[in-house]
This record gives sequence, structure tokens and C-alpha cells, in this order.
Amino acid sequence: MTARVEDQPILLNASRFRAAHAADWERLEALVSRIEKRSLRAISDDDLLALPLLYRTTLSSLSVARETSLDRALITYLEQLCARAYFQVYGVPTSAARELGGFFARGWPGAVASLWRETLAMALITVAGAIAAYILVRSDPGWFYGVIPKGLAGGRDPSASIAALRATLYPHASDGLATFAAFLFGHNAQIAIFSFALGFALAVPTILLILYNGLMLGAMFAVFTPKGLGLSFAAWLSIHGTTELFAIIISGAAGMRIGTAIAFPGRADRMDAAITAGRTAATAMIGAVVMLAVAGVLEGIGRQVVRTDGMRAAIGAAMLVGWLVYFYGLGRRRALAVRT
Amino acid sequence: MRWPFGPRRARAAGPDALRRTFITPEGVDLRLELGATGARIAAFALDVALILVILVVATLVIGWAAIATRSELLVILWLIGAFMLRNGWFVLFEMSGRGATPGKRAMGLRVVARDGARLTAGAVIARNALREIELFLPLSFLAAQTAQGTADAFLALFALAWSGIFLFFPLFNRDRLRAGDLVAGTWVIHAPGGKLAADIGPAPDRARRHFSDAALALYGVYELQTLEDVLRGGRPSAVATVAATIRRKANIADDGDDLGFLTDYYLALCARLESGLLVGRRRQNKFGN
Repeated sequence: MTARVEDQPILLNASRFRAAHAADWERLEALVSRIEKRSLRAISDDDLLALPLLYRTTLSSLSVARETSLDRALITYLEQLCARAYFQVYGVPTSAARELGGFFARGWPGAVASLWRETLAMALITVAGAIAAYILVRSDPGWFYGVIPKGLAGGRDPSASIAALRATLYPHASDGLATFAAFLFGHNAQIAIFSFALGFALAVPTILLILYNGLMLGAMFAVFTPKGLGLSFAAWLSIHGTTELFAIIISGAAGMRIGTAIAFPGRADRMDAAITAGRTAATAMIGAVVMLAVAGVLEGIGRQVVRTDGMRAAIGAAMLVGWLVYFYGLGRRRALAVRT
Repeated sequence: MRWPFGPRRARAAGPDALRRTFITPEGVDLRLELGATGARIAAFALDVALILVILVVATLVIGWAAIATRSELLVILWLIGAFMLRNGWFVLFEMSGRGATPGKRAMGLRVVARDGARLTAGAVIARNALREIELFLPLSFLAAQTAQGTADAFLALFALAWSGIFLFFPLFNRDRLRAGDLVAGTWVIHAPGGKLAADIGPAPDRARRHFSDAALALYGVYELQTLEDVLRGGRPSAVATVAATIRRKANIADDGDDLGFLTDYYLALCARLESGLLVGRRRQNKFGN
């Protein structure tokens, strides 16, 4: 039934189409690959100007190919190329330097300021936990061991002598304090990220975590205060503690924002509410990690150099005021600007 | 966009199950393909393996240097480096132009915002920070369970089940969103950088076979594209089977050149179906429409 005939070769639409446009597609592909491998700056100005044009040419090639051609390899190739090009034309983040500048100038303080209700709630929970633990441990020292794990107490328990307690506040040797501060930074930052993430479980675990943080604080005070070292302990803690506790409270507030946005989306779509809350809260959370790094430096260096209660308390208070001005002075304006 | 736990929608079957409509500002549907669950697990495993290798090598180098120099600074460097490696690896790579970690890159995956807008730092951080409860929470419960023995077995089991909700989240919604993707407004798509496969063209110096109308009326677009796959795949056994089937159905004598026969048949069938497209007739498959 088949007969071999010499006649005009059949030219498929796909073949004609490939012959006419393949050069454009290949140029776009080469450009996109180079941008993906390195950066937007790796291509010349001419190429940069050509990029959106090539993208649109290829996109219209895709439309035509879908309607007139049955070459699946061609359509798949064009779909993938268009998707890659789309994300280079529309979807790339700005440069790292600009992103970082925007984070410190607007993003971070703005995000923290917009979390003020949650931050206040978390601060109150911390204080409530501290007061509760203080009262509990004062009435029955046995409670101390229920709140603070043995490894963390490091001998600072209700049975410790005044001299031993005083020695923990004004250590003589500086051995390993910087290393310990770096370790503590990593540990605390992980807790901050964790309390943020736990917010997804409708904020309840986050609240418990922050409450527990408050309990530990109160239990420690209950050890030092009866020995007449309450103020010294407060000064010892405040030099880095105002920054550190504030950071933990903010990361808790970030988690709470996610949980409440998912549980009570208000007028917004639940999914949209989660996304808006998630992005704001994540910015605040990464800011909290930066704060914990600052606290680590204060703890590792400041506490060794500064050994008087007055100076320690002054530095702690100054840091607190600085953060408050940064967040609620600079950031509030930014948060209002976003809302309107 | 809706909460993924809504009433179950009719599920598209087959190769289109992971395709999602995505209209560009130019009005073209890109039909993005979501990353398959297996590919995403493989990408994550690859990333974890890379992180572990770097961590081990760095630990050995720094440990050796620290012992040699007795420097406290190196220990601090290690502590902070380990923290950055654990938390920064995913965030920094996904914020780069590729939008993908090395593992995702190897699997042809990338992270994009679901609304097609720029991928912000906040979104990338949110999706990766939530990995803490998706993965490390179940793992830590597991570790706590093995450490404590069976005393709190029931409690640990409960905790494991609870945290398992987050771990298996992507299996419970049709867009394969992790909890992190949900909160960040992102999803993971499959966009590999493939090359354009060569055209299936006629050999220029060879006479073509000619096919009768009846022989070409057998098949539609679906069969044509399957034939395309067979030709591009080039497996001799598949080529022989398909050629035999077509010859039998079209009642054509075997001339011993399977590949040449199939190529010619493909070209003839494709030309015929394409001319149908021009007048608005698209024959989907061999059953007609």
C-alpha cells in the first residue's frame, strides 16, 4: 500500500516555526541561564534591554505553538523557557544590599511596630510568669527545681550561699565567657525561630514558651533577692537582658501574629491573612535574631569589662530606650505609611 | 486562593494533576508545573547531606586549628558558623536569583511567590523558619522519647502525632504546600532548564513513504504525541512494537526499516492533523473527539 514517491518534502508547522524563531529562543535561554548562574549584572546593557523583548517574543511563540503545532517537545520547551524568563523579568528579588538597607531602614522597625499589640501581650505574659514563679519559689523553695533544669542553674539555687551567688555575678576569670555567649546566642536564636514557628499551631505553644521564659526569670530572682542580691542580679541581667528578653518577646509576638491571623482572619481571606501575617512576622523574627546577636556581644564583652552595678544597669537601660525609639519612633511611622 | 482544607474538588488525573494555571501580565497561561513530592524530598535530602558534609569538614578543620592555636575565637567562629549553616543555607540560596538551594537546583525545582510577584526576604525567611516545627519538632520528640525510655510513651506518641500533622502537611493539600509555603505565600515549581529537542525532520536524501488517507485517519493528537515520545526516546524495542502495530492496523507490508517508517508516518500524520487545526478541527485521540 505504501509507495515511495519523490515530491516536495512535508514541512510541518513546528519545523517552519522552529526555523523562523529558534535563534530568539536560544538567545533568551542563554541570557536566562547566565542570569540564573551569576546575576543580572553578568549580562551587558544591550542584553538587558533585549531581555523583556525576547521574553515577550518567546511568550507569543508559545501561544502560537499551542494553537498551530502538535510538536510536544517544542511546546514543553517553550513553556519551561517562558516560566524561567518570567521569574527573571518579574520575580527576582532586588539586590542584596538594597534588600538589607530596606530591612534596617523600614522593614524591621515597621514590622515590630505593627506587632505592638502582640508584643504587649507577650510582655505581660512574661511579667505574669515571673511574678508567679517568684511567689511560688519564695513560699516553697522546692518549686525552684521544678522550674529551672539542673544544668541551667549552675549552682544558683535556693541552697547556695551568698558568697557563691555573688561570685556568679562578678566572675574573676574571663575564661570561656565569650564562647559561652556565642553558644547562648545560637541557643537563644534557635528558640526565637522556634517560638515564631510554633505560632503556626494557633499560637498556644508560643504562649506557653514565653510563659516558661517568664517563670525562669522569676525563679532566679527569688534565689537572689532574699540574699540581698536582687538589685545586683537585676543589673547583671540587664546589661544584655533588656535586649535579649525584648528579642524573645518580639519573636513570641511574631508567632502569636501568625496563630491569630490563621484562627481569626477577620475580613480577609484566611489564606491571605496567613500570608500577610507570615511575611511581617518573619521580618520581625529575623530582627529578633539580630537583637540576640547584639545581646551576645554585650554579654561576652560588656559584662567582662563593665563590673559595677550602676554602669551595667545604665547600659541595659540605654539599650532598651534605643530599641524602643528605633521600633516605635522610626517604625511606627513606617507601619502607618504601609497601612494607608 | 482558599484554605486548603475546603471541600474536596475534583482531582485532575494523569500528567496534568500538578499543572496550575498561571496567567502572566501579557495574558498567556504558563501552566506551571508544581514540584512532585518525591523530587522535593530528594532535594531536601541532598541539601541536608551537603550541609552535613560541610559541617563535618569545617568541624575537623576548625577543631584541628583550635587545638593547635588554643584560640577561643575559633570556637566562637564554629558556633556561629554552625548556626548560620543550619538556618542560613536555605534562606540565602532561595533569596538568590535562582530561587533554589543546590538540592532544589539539582532536581530542577525553584521557589516562587504564588501570586507571581517578587519573592521577598520575609517570605523566604517565613517558609524556612517554619521548618523548625515541620521537621525538628517531630525529631526532637523522637529523641526525647528514646532518651526517656517508655515512661512517657503515651505523651510522646501524642506529641509525635501532633507534630506529624505539620510534617505531612504537603500531602493533605492539592498544591503540595508545606506549612511554611502556606504562611509565606510561596510554592515550589518544577522549571528545569531543558534544551530544545531536535526537530523530527525527514532525511533529506531519502524518498518518503506515502500513506493512504485511511492509514492516516487511524490516530489523533494523543497517539501522535506518544509516537513523538517513542521516536525521541529511540528505544529499539519500543520502535519495533509501535511500527508493527501501526503496520498491522493500516495493513502495510513490513519493509524492514522500522525507524524510517515511523518517522515518515509521524510526519504525514502530523501534517494532516495540523492542517485540521487550521480549520479548527482538533482530533484528540483515535476515538475521534
